[in-house]
Amino acid sequence: MALIALTFFSLRLVPGDPIEVRRGERGISPERLAQLRHEMGLDQPLYQQFWDYVKQIAHGDFGTSIVSHTPVLKEFMALFPATVELTLAAMLFAIVIGIPAGMLAALRRGKATDYVVTGAAVTGNSMPIFWWGLLLILLVSVKMDIAPSGDRIDLLYDIPSITGFMLIDTLLSDQDGAFMSALSHLVLPMIVLGTIPLAVITRITRSAMLEILNEDYVRTARAKGLSPLRVVGLHALRNALIPVVTVIGLQISSLIAGAVQTETVFSWPGIGHWLIESLGRRDYPVLQGGVLLISVVVVGLNLFIDLLYGLINPRIRHGR
Amino acid sequence: MAADIAVARTPAQAPPSFLAETWRGLTENRGAVFGLVTIILVGLAAIFADFIAPHSYAEQLFRDHTLAPPVWVDGGSWSYPFGVDQAGRDMLSRLIHGARISLTIGVAVMVVSVAMGVVLGLLAAFRGGVVDNLLMRLMDLIMSVPDLVLSVVVVAIIGPNLINTIWAVLIVFLPRYVRLVRASALAELPKDYVTAAKVAGVGPIRLMFLTVLPNCMAPLIVQATLGISDAMLQAAALGFLGLGAQPPVPEWGSMLGEARSLLQRAPWVVTLPGLCILVTVVAINLFGDGLRDALDPKLKRG
Repeated sequence: MALIALTFFSLRLVPGDPIEVRRGERGISPERLAQLRHEMGLDQPLYQQFWDYVKQIAHGDFGTSIVSHTPVLKEFMALFPATVELTLAAMLFAIVIGIPAGMLAALRRGKATDYVVTGAAVTGNSMPIFWWGLLLILLVSVKMDIAPSGDRIDLLYDIPSITGFMLIDTLLSDQDGAFMSALSHLVLPMIVLGTIPLAVITRITRSAMLEILNEDYVRTARAKGLSPLRVVGLHALRNALIPVVTVIGLQISSLIAGAVQTETVFSWPGIGHWLIESLGRRDYPVLQGGVLLISVVVVGLNLFIDLLYGLINPRIRHGR
Repeated sequence: MAADIAVARTPAQAPPSFLAETWRGLTENRGAVFGLVTIILVGLAAIFADFIAPHSYAEQLFRDHTLAPPVWVDGGSWSYPFGVDQAGRDMLSRLIHGARISLTIGVAVMVVSVAMGVVLGLLAAFRGGVVDNLLMRLMDLIMSVPDLVLSVVVVAIIGPNLINTIWAVLIVFLPRYVRLVRASALAELPKDYVTAAKVAGVGPIRLMFLTVLPNCMAPLIVQATLGISDAMLQAAALGFLGLGAQPPVPEWGSMLGEARSLLQRAPWVVTLPGLCILVTVVAINLFGDGLRDALDPKLKRG
C-alpha cells in the first residue's frame, strides 16, 4: 500500500503533462484536450485519482500504456521472463564460479592464487557494468566475432513463446541451431550481470571458509583421518554456505538494478530496457505500474529467501 | 634543548594513539596504500584540473580532428594524447575535469547522506516508538525499490542534471546510514557510561552527538568511505543512461553514454572514461577495506 502511494504521488510530481507530450507538434483543440484529460481521469482531484488507482490495482489493473495502449501488467508479464532468464543465468554463473573460487582462495590463503582471486573480486565488485558490457562487446563480438551483442536470438529464427524462457522455448520448438543461437546471445549479458554477484559471492565464501577452517569440528574431522576433500566439501562447505545463501538473497535487488544497465547495453528485451524506454517516451502509467510491480516482486522474493534461510539454518528456526 | 625535555616527559610506554594505531594498520595493508595513493592522485587531478588539463573540456578545439585516436595508436598526436571525442574536444582534458565531477558527486552524496543519516538514526534510536517506527518503515520502503530503478524515478521527477544526480543517488543510500547509526546507537544506549551521563544531567542533544555518536563512528567511517565509491558508480550509471549530468559536463558516465554508438569507430572515447571510473572505484574500495581492518581488528580475517 505504501509502495502504491510512493510510486503514485512521486510520479505525479513529474513536470510535463503526458497529454502535452503526446500532442506533439500537431495542435489539438482545447475541447479535445479536455476530453482526453477526462478520459484519463486527469481532471479529478488528486486524492480521487489516488483512490481510483488503488481500486484499480486491487482489481489487478496496473494501468495502460499511453503509448502502446496495452495494459501495463500484460507488457510486464510479456517482458518479465526475459529478465528472469537473464538474472537466473547471471546468478548461476556467479554461484558456479564464485563458490569454488572462494574456497580455493581460502585453502591457498596468502599464496598467489589467493591474491589473484581476491584482486579479481575487488575489481569485479567495483565494476561499472555498463562499461564492462561495452568492453566485452568490443572484444568478444566485434574483434573476435564469437558471441553476438544484442537481442535474445538471431533474427532468422521465429520461436513461438510458450514459457517465455528463450532457452526452453528453443528446445521445444525443435528448430536446428535455435538453442545454440539463444545460448550465444545469453552468454555476454550473463557474464556482465553476473560479475558483481560473482565478486560478492567469492569474497563471502572465502571469508566464511577461512573462519570455519579454524573451527574445532573441522580439526576433529581432519584428526579422525577423513580425506581433505571430504572435510572441505562436506563439513566445512555446508556451514560456509549459510552466509553465502544470505548474500545471494541480498543480491536480488541489485541484480534487478544491474539488469536495467545490462539490458540497455545489450538491447535485451526485458523490464529494465522497457522502463528506460518508457521514461524516454514519458509513458507514466508504465513507469508507475512497472516500478510498483518490480518492487512487489523484489519484496516477495526477499520474503521467500528469508523462509529458505530458516530451512537451511535450523538455529534460526528454533530461535524465533 | 626544548625537544629533549619534551622527549623526557613523554612516558616511555605510552600506548599509541588511536590515530597512530589506525595509520599503522593501514600502511601494513598494501591494497590500502595503493588505494590511498591513487585517491590522492585522482584528488589532485580534480583539485588542479584547471591547471593540469592542457585544453578546455568544453571547447571544440580539434573540430578538424574529430575522433582522432590517442597517441599510442597510429595517427595519434601529442597535442591530444588521449585522442579527440565526437565533438572535437580533447579527451585528456575532459577526463581530468571528469575526476572533479565524479569525486564531487561521490563526496557530496556521502557528506549529506551521512549527516542526514546521523540525525535521523539518532532520532530513531533516542525517541523510539512512533518516530522510530515511521522512520524505519520509510527506510524499508526506499530499500524495497532496486537502487538504480529508484534513482531513475527520482531523476524522472526532478529532471536530469548534475545537482539532481546527487539527490537521486543520495536518497538511495540514505537508509543504510540511518539504519547503521540507529543500530549502533541502540547498542550503546544501555551501557553504563550513557546512564552515568544522563544521571550527571547531560541534555539530550549533547547526549546524542557528544556522548553516544563518537562511539558509533568506526563502522560509520568505513561505510562512508565505501559509500563514496558506490555513489560514484551509481551516478555514472545514471549518466550512462542519459539521466545524469548533461553535455558538455564531462562526467565519466555521461561521456561514455554519449559516445556509446562510436564503440567500433573510436573505442578509446568509450573505454577511457570507464577505465577512470573503475580505477577510482577500486582505489576507494581498497582503501575502505583497509580502513575497516585497521579500525576493527575483530573483523580482520583477510
